[in-house]
Amino acid sequence: MAASFLFSQFVGGLTTAMFLFLIASGLSLVFGVMRVVNFAHGTFYMLGAYLAWQAVQWLSPTGENFWPAALLAALGIAVLGAVVERLLLRHLYGREELYQLLFTYALVLILGDAAKFIWGTGQLSVTRPPVLAASLHLFGAEVPLYNLFIMILGPLIALGGWLVLNRSGAGRLVRAASYDREMLDALGANVGTIYTGMFVVSAFLAGLSGALVTPIESVVPGMDVEIIVQAFIVVVIGGLGSFWGTFWGSVIYGQVLSFGILIFPGFSLFSVFALMAVILIIRPWGLFGRPIR
Amino acid sequence: MNRVALGRSIPWTLVVFLIAVWVPALGSRYDTFLGTQIAIDALFVVSLNLLLGTTGLVSFGHAAYFGIGAYACGILMKTYGVPFVIAFPAAALIAAFFALIFGFFCVRLSALYFAMLTLAFAQIVWAICFKWNAVTGGDEGLPNIPYPKLDWISSLPGLGDLSIADEFYLLTILMVALSFAILRQVIRSPFGRMLTTIRDNPERAAFIGLNVRAYELAAFVVAGGFAGLAGALYGIFNRGAFADYVFWSKSAEVLIMTILGGINYFWGPPVGAFALVWLNQEITSYTQYWPFVLGVVLLVLLFGFPGGIVGGLVAGYERLRRMLRPRHA
Repeated sequence: MAASFLFSQFVGGLTTAMFLFLIASGLSLVFGVMRVVNFAHGTFYMLGAYLAWQAVQWLSPTGENFWPAALLAALGIAVLGAVVERLLLRHLYGREELYQLLFTYALVLILGDAAKFIWGTGQLSVTRPPVLAASLHLFGAEVPLYNLFIMILGPLIALGGWLVLNRSGAGRLVRAASYDREMLDALGANVGTIYTGMFVVSAFLAGLSGALVTPIESVVPGMDVEIIVQAFIVVVIGGLGSFWGTFWGSVIYGQVLSFGILIFPGFSLFSVFALMAVILIIRPWGLFGRPIR
Repeated sequence: MNRVALGRSIPWTLVVFLIAVWVPALGSRYDTFLGTQIAIDALFVVSLNLLLGTTGLVSFGHAAYFGIGAYACGILMKTYGVPFVIAFPAAALIAAFFALIFGFFCVRLSALYFAMLTLAFAQIVWAICFKWNAVTGGDEGLPNIPYPKLDWISSLPGLGDLSIADEFYLLTILMVALSFAILRQVIRSPFGRMLTTIRDNPERAAFIGLNVRAYELAAFVVAGGFAGLAGALYGIFNRGAFADYVFWSKSAEVLIMTILGGINYFWGPPVGAFALVWLNQEITSYTQYWPFVLGVVLLVLLFGFPGGIVGGLVAGYERLRRMLRPRHA
């Protein structure tokens, strides 16, 4: 096999990985702090994509206003996240995990159909922002600048998130909430606000990734379920609730998928689920997670 | 758990069976169709509730065993020409065998990880069903599973000439009723009591010398076997086995039915299956937005009736009785 071919597989895997990281980090964050597996995270991602498309239509169909549109979409999803957490999810914290799981599944069903109702079932697409429309030639492979941008954005967000979590006051509170919610509550911190904040940040990340994916993939119903399954596998591999675990989980997933297709064509679906099962059997808390309770 | 003695002494399985027998005679062909669907789903949810309600295990991949049952029975009958009387129990055994292998790994994990591993195994089964064209038909599925020979039902005294759908309906409700009777006995047996003990306090169960994992695994295998029976019936009813049967949304659907009915009662999940199948038929006849309706039902359930339909009815009945009874001094 030519080196340039392997390199382009590698780059393809890395682009997938960094997108998945943007999405999965929000899923992992909410689980790590709130112990809620948010099925609706994929739906937030899909709605982010639809909102970005809508905002591009309003602002400028030619594409030069892509960035404000993406930001607007992400903010819209953050607001949606705040509403969901404050009005509904909040009342289920004391209940068993199953009920929280089913609640987020109900959101998947309701919001997914709402999106179908508003935007129809056709494919919608957004043109690439003109600044990043070109491609770069690297080691004989063609890499679109936009993909390169995503590959840089992923690690930047990882680093930024890590700094906020480990070096700031707010991050310390968030980490404390994930260790012992009741103790933090007793110490006078407002855990309710921390939970809302986490859910909003997570929804923002989902909405942002949905908006950023629109220049590469078309927006269609069903993209929510497709992405949540992948993001879920990523966080399980890396360790639910572990920030760097999610990062490396995405990288591993992207490469397994990218090279797995070459080794077992048609069995890539099987290989990622098998990887997930093996990890759960050997280290249920994932490669980088810590055992809980 | 506060189980009410409401109608304890009534053999509900027999009563419901004796009522259901009249559906082909009194109802339309559509009623028989709906009845078959409900009966099969009722068996599926009761098998899940052996894990969820009785043992306290949340399986997010129960559709795997349903699908394995459907494929096993279908492949045996269609590809190998095995008669139904052998293929049907074989489907349960094969599903139980897979439940044994997967369950062995799953029961070692705690709550949430258990749910995730059951899901991962179910998705592996799905990926195999979806891609292994030579055996499962891949994404085309396994269509045209033959109907079993059921002429003998029509030749029973008093039944007269029945259509093949009616005969299959009667066979289905008989099999489901027998399975209910067995599962009911399992839950009432010392084994079933131990499962409930494990649900309520696994640590104490371990202290008194119970092998918690072995009991959980046994429950997982029994639940998988009966889900396999339901799947075998469904494959014949639907004239084919398809990869959708195993997909995670099917596992979610069966969980919703179970909780909708109420996991604290044996007859809760079947009521949930009845309600959801019926609602689905009503809704889909005039709107395509069934998921939306299902989501709203789920929200109402979670926030309004956490005990499910039967739980809500029993609570209402209790409140009524307390209101009518004079207060003690």
